[in-house]
Formats: sequence, C-alpha cells, structure tokens
Amino acid sequence: MSAVKEAKTGGQGTKVEGTKVLMEGSEAMAQASIAAGCRFFSGYPMTPFTEILENFGKKLPDVGGVNINAESELEAIGMAWGALATGARAATGSTGQGLSLMQESISEITRAELPLVYFNMSRGQADYFQSTRGGGHGDYRNIVLAPCDVAEAVELTQLAFYLADLWRNPVQIFGDYLLAHTNETVEMKTIEFPALPGKDWAVDGSLGGTGKSRNINPIGMSKLKHTIEPEAFWRRLNLKHKEIEKAEVRYEEEFVDDAELLIVAFGTVARFVRYVVREMRSEGIKVAYIRPITLWPFPYEAVGSAAKKVKRVAVLEQNAGQMIDDVRLGVLGQAPVISIGGISSDEAGFGIGPIHDTQDIRRRIESGLAGQEIEV
Amino acid sequence: MSSDNKRIISTDAPPSVPAQKLVPFKPDLLLSEDHHLCPGCGEPAAVRMMLEAIQEMGCAQKAIGVVGIGCYTALTGVIDTDLIQALHGRAPSVATGAKRMQPESLIYTLQGDGDMVNEGLQEVIHAAARGENITCILLNNGVFGETGGHMTASTVVGQRTKNTLEGRDAELHGQPILISEMIAQLSGVAYVARCGVFNASQTANSKRIIRKAFETQVAGKGFSFVEILTMCPTGWFVPVIDGPDYLENVLGEVHQLGVLKSLEE
Repeated sequence: MSAVKEAKTGGQGTKVEGTKVLMEGSEAMAQASIAAGCRFFSGYPMTPFTEILENFGKKLPDVGGVNINAESELEAIGMAWGALATGARAATGSTGQGLSLMQESISEITRAELPLVYFNMSRGQADYFQSTRGGGHGDYRNIVLAPCDVAEAVELTQLAFYLADLWRNPVQIFGDYLLAHTNETVEMKTIEFPALPGKDWAVDGSLGGTGKSRNINPIGMSKLKHTIEPEAFWRRLNLKHKEIEKAEVRYEEEFVDDAELLIVAFGTVARFVRYVVREMRSEGIKVAYIRPITLWPFPYEAVGSAAKKVKRVAVLEQNAGQMIDDVRLGVLGQAPVISIGGISSDEAGFGIGPIHDTQDIRRRIESGLAGQEIEV
Repeated sequence: MSSDNKRIISTDAPPSVPAQKLVPFKPDLLLSEDHHLCPGCGEPAAVRMMLEAIQEMGCAQKAIGVVGIGCYTALTGVIDTDLIQALHGRAPSVATGAKRMQPESLIYTLQGDGDMVNEGLQEVIHAAARGENITCILLNNGVFGETGGHMTASTVVGQRTKNTLEGRDAELHGQPILISEMIAQLSGVAYVARCGVFNASQTANSKRIIRKAFETQVAGKGFSFVEILTMCPTGWFVPVIDGPDYLENVLGEVHQLGVLKSLEE
C-alpha cells in the first residue's frame, strides 16, 4: 500500500514508538503531523512559520508524501484544498499575516466541510480575533488549539488531524515564535484515536457517468439541482458548529477553589503564568489560573464558574486586548475583569518580548492583585 | 451585420407553439439536458464537447473537474464527473493538490476569462510553469457574463461592455491579455490551443483539441491548456443571432485560433 493510499484510509499514520528526544517545535509539529498520517503540505515561507515548511519538505518525501513550495499563500491553501478533496490528510500554515491572505479559502473550505489542519505561528498573540472569529467572510467556525509547549504541541497536532476528520471542519494550531523555535524534550509517540468513518465523500473520479458523481462544494450546490438552498445548508453547518461548541472545550486550571485573583492566559504566555502562579502559591499568595487550550470553542463555563469564587479576574495576553472579550462573556459580570497586558515584542516584531519573562509576569500579576489595570 | 433576413423568434407576444427539441442530444456525462444559461450562450456547447471527449477517451471513471466561478458554474448540477468547486480564480492550485495526491486521475479545470485571466492569472501561470500535469480549460467570452457583461482582461479593444459602454479604450484600459500566447512561452507547457464554438466545424474541432490536451495529460507530458472562445450575446450588446459572427470576427480577430504549442510538433 503506497503512502498516499495509506493516508486516505482515514487517519492511520506512520506509527512512531515513544522515544524521548530533544527537538525544535517546528520539527516536532511536522513530525507529529506525519505520525498522524499527514501526507501533503503546501506553504510559503514567513517568519516564524518557515521552519515548519522546511521540516515538511525534509520529511514528507521519506513517507511518499508531497510538499509543495507554493507561489503564494493563496495557492498554498488552494493546493491543500485539492489534496483534502481527494481524502488525503493535508495541511498548510503561515503566520497571521500570511493567514490573512488565506482567509477567503479557509472560510470556503469550512463550508465545503474539508478536514484542513493549518498552523499559525503567530508573531505574539495578536491573531486571537483572526483565529477565533474567522478572518474571512460568512458564518463559520474553526477549532483552534493553543499548545503552551512543544510536548503539548505534539499531542495537539495529532488531535487536530483527528478532530478535523471527526467534524469535517478545519482545525488551527495557534503557536508563536517561542513554540516554533524552542528545543524541548518530547516523546514522539503516535496517539491512538477512536476509529473514524470512511471518507466516502472524497473525489477519486470513480463515480463519473454513474449518475452518482460527487461535488465537493462550499456553496451548497449539488447534482441535479439548479438552486443552492442556502438557508438549509447554512443552518446545518451552524448546528454542527453548535455541537462542536458543546463537545470540544479543553482547558487547564489550578487553584481556582480558594483564590482571590484568577488569571486567564493561553499559549506560551500561559506556560510562564503557570510557573509564576505556582511560585506565588508556595509563598501563600492566593492566585489561580485558567488556560484555555481550545480558543474556539472557548471555555466560557469554566471561566464563569471560577469567576464565582474569586474577587477579581485578570487577563494576560500578548496583544492589545482580544481574548478579554471572551473572558467577559464567560464571567458575565460575576467579578471585575481587568487587563494586565499587554503589547510586548522584540525589535524585529516577531513577538518575543519581556512578557516571556517570569519577573515581568509576576509584576503584572501583583498589579492584578492590587486591582491595578495594565492597559497594554 | 443585419439580422433582418434571419429566423428570429418574436418576443412581443407569447409564442404560438410551445418550444420543442428538434434533435435529441445528451452526452452520457450530462445528468440532464436542462441548464440555466442564456439562449445563444456558447458555454453549454463547449462543455458538451469536453464531456464527449472524456467519454470517448474512456476516462469517465477517472475524471475530476475543478470548477471556477462564472455562468458555467451552474452546469455543476448536471456534469456527471466528480467535481471540486473552487473559488474564483483558484482552480489551478486546487487541481494541483488533487493531481499530486491522485496522479492517475484526469484532472481538468473549467474557468472563464474573468476567473482565470483576471482574478487567477498568477495561479494558471505558475501551474503552467511547474509543468503541472493537469489540463486547464478556459471558456473565453471576453466579459464577466454572470455579473451582466463587464470588461475582463481579455475584452478586445472597442468591445462594448457594461462598464466600457463606448467600447474598451486602450488608452484607459490597456490591451487585452492573450493568455494562450503567454502560456505557450513557458517551458513546462506541453500543449496549448485556442478554438471556438461559433460554427459546427469549429465546435467539432474544439472536441478534437480538448481530446488532444487530455491525451497529453494521460501521457504524462506536462501542462496542457485549451482556450475555447464562446458567445455571450447577452453580455455583448449584440443580438443573439449575431453572436457567432461577432465571436468569429471581433474576438477571434484578436484571440486567434490555432495550436500554439504541441510538444510533438
């Protein structure tokens, strides 16, 4: 069985036994994708995403897969679209800037119900709205997974391919420079997921002339119909997204039962928040955190029930204040919600800033305890 | 030219007899004879030639079409091959991904001149330059037909459109892009030809050309490209009956018919 065929059987990838290795995040996410059965990748270089593309280029040919350096982000996502339509596991990615160019296709691929996985190695965390609200047109939602370290990225990347197939809906891995370029010890191991239904919707040409040929279509057009029945089509998709909202919420929390201040943070920033909160707890300071792992669907209920127990909620995100809107929706006025920052970057604008320092984060959390907002 | 002495169905009163089909024709790869395109449109004839070519080659069970956005998109309801609906301009990259994962399939794109030469020019040029082993089929009528007849990059100078009411002015809008000539220059390209559906013999010739392009793909020789000139009388400010002549003599004068490249020749 060729690698391409293997990829089409609906999810069984190249089995990798668990060994602990030191690996850069970009390589780990490419490797985890291949372990999950990804056999097609197309992309266009852009810092800090570039090394994911490089690693797919190095590794995919070894398993009979295809990597294409596309002429732009527009074509990169188009190529992934075509590969997905044949039933292959396929992925693309960029930074938020490159993903801006892909939004038209991301929106339509969601409506075509194709299981796209795409990486956003964001410059900081300012792509929160783009990722969770949908940067493109129309009513649609993508699952967004935000790993806080390389080990979690290996797990969530494999989960992404499973969820994409399960829901026939795009899934984004939201990382950043730090995730893509930190070397960490990871256990590269194939995760077993429950069996998935076969991809009988995929096109292989075989049903031509039988009257049952397929049409993978984002506008609800189907064979022998001259109209697209948009309302029924859009309602059905909306119902699916509502089901995902109920089923796929993931988050991590600590110390919420007896805290004065609850901090909400995600991604690599949350990793430092977790460290500082544990440090402050060891000193008897009553702080807690919630780390959304799925940015969509957002853990509104968890944030809401934690907010009932605390005096104040402080949001720490590396942008001018985006996730704070979701936190407010979760808290629903049960406690004051303040921002403790913040815009933070290196000189090149790649999003490595003082905010990735535990002392800076401690200063921000202490400000939160004192009820002092740090606006940006 | 005058249309006075041609047979025109009067529209100032209901017809005296119901419309009837004179000759039965339905290619095997059409699910239904019904379509929603205008009377006098050239696209159904062009698509019929394409479907007949696929059927005659015995490729019905291996063809996957990637369809752009234009009037011809309405035909996706009746084309009986597997299809992927692409965004406006984006069919060649989608076809690329499908072909790379499904190399044994016959992959074709179906696009209009607005789709391919305006919005998606970079897509088709790069697919051709890569020598991607797919067949791109352009239905060129020199207008955005679906929006009601607006200027495209292939509208000829002097051609009236809804947004060039006095005719395309080269001073204002430049000269049209001759896409087949551009593509033929690229080294990854194996076959390029332009044909038209303005009369019976040229329509039949279109089928031979499409078949040649598909055979090029099946032989794995590289990128193949067919440009089919089609009538859009409703988008042209031209009486329906004069559409074929206008296509042959006005558009065809600039976008000249012929085989521009064939690796064998």
